[in-house]
Amino acid sequence: MREIRSAEITEKVAKLAQEANFYLNDDLLNALDKAAEEEISEPGRYILEQIKENAQIAASENVPVCQDTGVAVVFIKIGNDVHLDGDLYEAIEAGIRKGYSEGYLRKSIVADPLSRQNTGDNTPAIIHTEIVPGDQLEIVIAPKGGGSENMSRITMLKPGDGKTGVKDFVIETIEKAGANACPPLVVGVGIGGNFEKSAYLAKKSLLRDLDDHHADPEIAKFEAELLEAINKTGIGPQGMGGRTTALAVKIEVFATHIAQLPVAVNLNCHAARHKKIII
Amino acid sequence: MHIKTPLAEKDLEKLKIGDRVLLSGTIYTARDAAHEKLVKLIEAGKDLPIPLSGQVIYYVGPAPAKPDKVIGSAGPTTSYRMDSFILPLLEKGLKGTIGKGPRSKIVREVMQNQQAVYFAAVGGAAALIARSIKKAEIVAYPELGPEAIRKLEVEEMPLIVVNDLAGNDLYQQGRTKYKID
Ligand code: SF4
Repeated sequence: MREIRSAEITEKVAKLAQEANFYLNDDLLNALDKAAEEEISEPGRYILEQIKENAQIAASENVPVCQDTGVAVVFIKIGNDVHLDGDLYEAIEAGIRKGYSEGYLRKSIVADPLSRQNTGDNTPAIIHTEIVPGDQLEIVIAPKGGGSENMSRITMLKPGDGKTGVKDFVIETIEKAGANACPPLVVGVGIGGNFEKSAYLAKKSLLRDLDDHHADPEIAKFEAELLEAINKTGIGPQGMGGRTTALAVKIEVFATHIAQLPVAVNLNCHAARHKKIII
Repeated sequence: MHIKTPLAEKDLEKLKIGDRVLLSGTIYTARDAAHEKLVKLIEAGKDLPIPLSGQVIYYVGPAPAKPDKVIGSAGPTTSYRMDSFILPLLEKGLKGTIGKGPRSKIVREVMQNQQAVYFAAVGGAAALIARSIKKAEIVAYPELGPEAIRKLEVEEMPLIVVNDLAGNDLYQQGRTKYKID
């Protein structure tokens, strides 16, 4: 058993929430550089240059890349040899509260989806927990803005719809989203499982490194095929026309029922933020 | 191209979709909750907390200002959510809106009839846009937090014309131009 103090979790979460909002990861910055070089549309290049400059300003001034500092989505992997001196969820919520307040991040959460009173501290976070072997605690914070989340979709296809059905649904989602999701996008696709599992897979796929390839070569091929098709839509940076509609497509799959083919498409904007620590 | 607020007809006439504009002067912020309140006031025939004639509304809910800054990161929010509120504001003389994403057909038609334009700011370029905001003051609904109405003084705020007076739409034309069948 390894003892982890909840005060330490709170401190680390507070810091991580700010870092996730201030500093984009290198894989994303490299993808933006490459897109700016290759984009053939003139407004597209201008927009990509603004996005790159914005990332530099945010990092140098320690201010959020985007004013929509999002719902704090937190992924936890907790080793079964870890012992905590308090409540894990309370420690994380306290960290989000502290990070969003001390980092001057926007508080975008309303307590009730219908009466809509702002909670004032960006809690509650959305926390996904996995129990794994070992004595470590891994925390990933992925702030998720409203623009791209609002354009995300889920469907229950028929098994016979197959790959073509999945592809059509993904393209239709991108086309409906257009400029609203702040392209260039990172597209997360969850295939299989059931209704909620497919959405979880789609969200989780957004945490992958943009340069990686899926371990299954067939899925890796499908990712490349979808990316190519998405970039033929012409939507381009900020929807103003161009060939960089998405920077990457990530797919995660899971076993499913004989009668089902669930597909979830979680769109992430170019402010595709996530940071990880291991305690 | 440099333009100033309040927007003059001769400036608006020159704007074409895809033009890069650097906007300077006073603009006002409003999002969903503030729009709902403004429209209720108009329907009740009451005075508004901000002027509309010749003015520009920016759809933004900024991040809080750090102590050494006038405002936090302040990029545009998605405009379609304001489509159901904008018609009475256009009738009161609103000449420009700033946001991201396409407007509905009816909004585009009424904008053209009322000779108003729609600009996009780059969604997510929020720290860069904040640099062009020189003053910010809450003028209505402070209880709405990030959704309060703010009066902003902007200098060379970088925008792109999306809907011009001729009724063109950059999103439609841009997509068609670069689509590969
Ligand atoms: S979609 Fe992303 S980049 Fe665009 S405003 Fe929302 S959080 Fe910011």
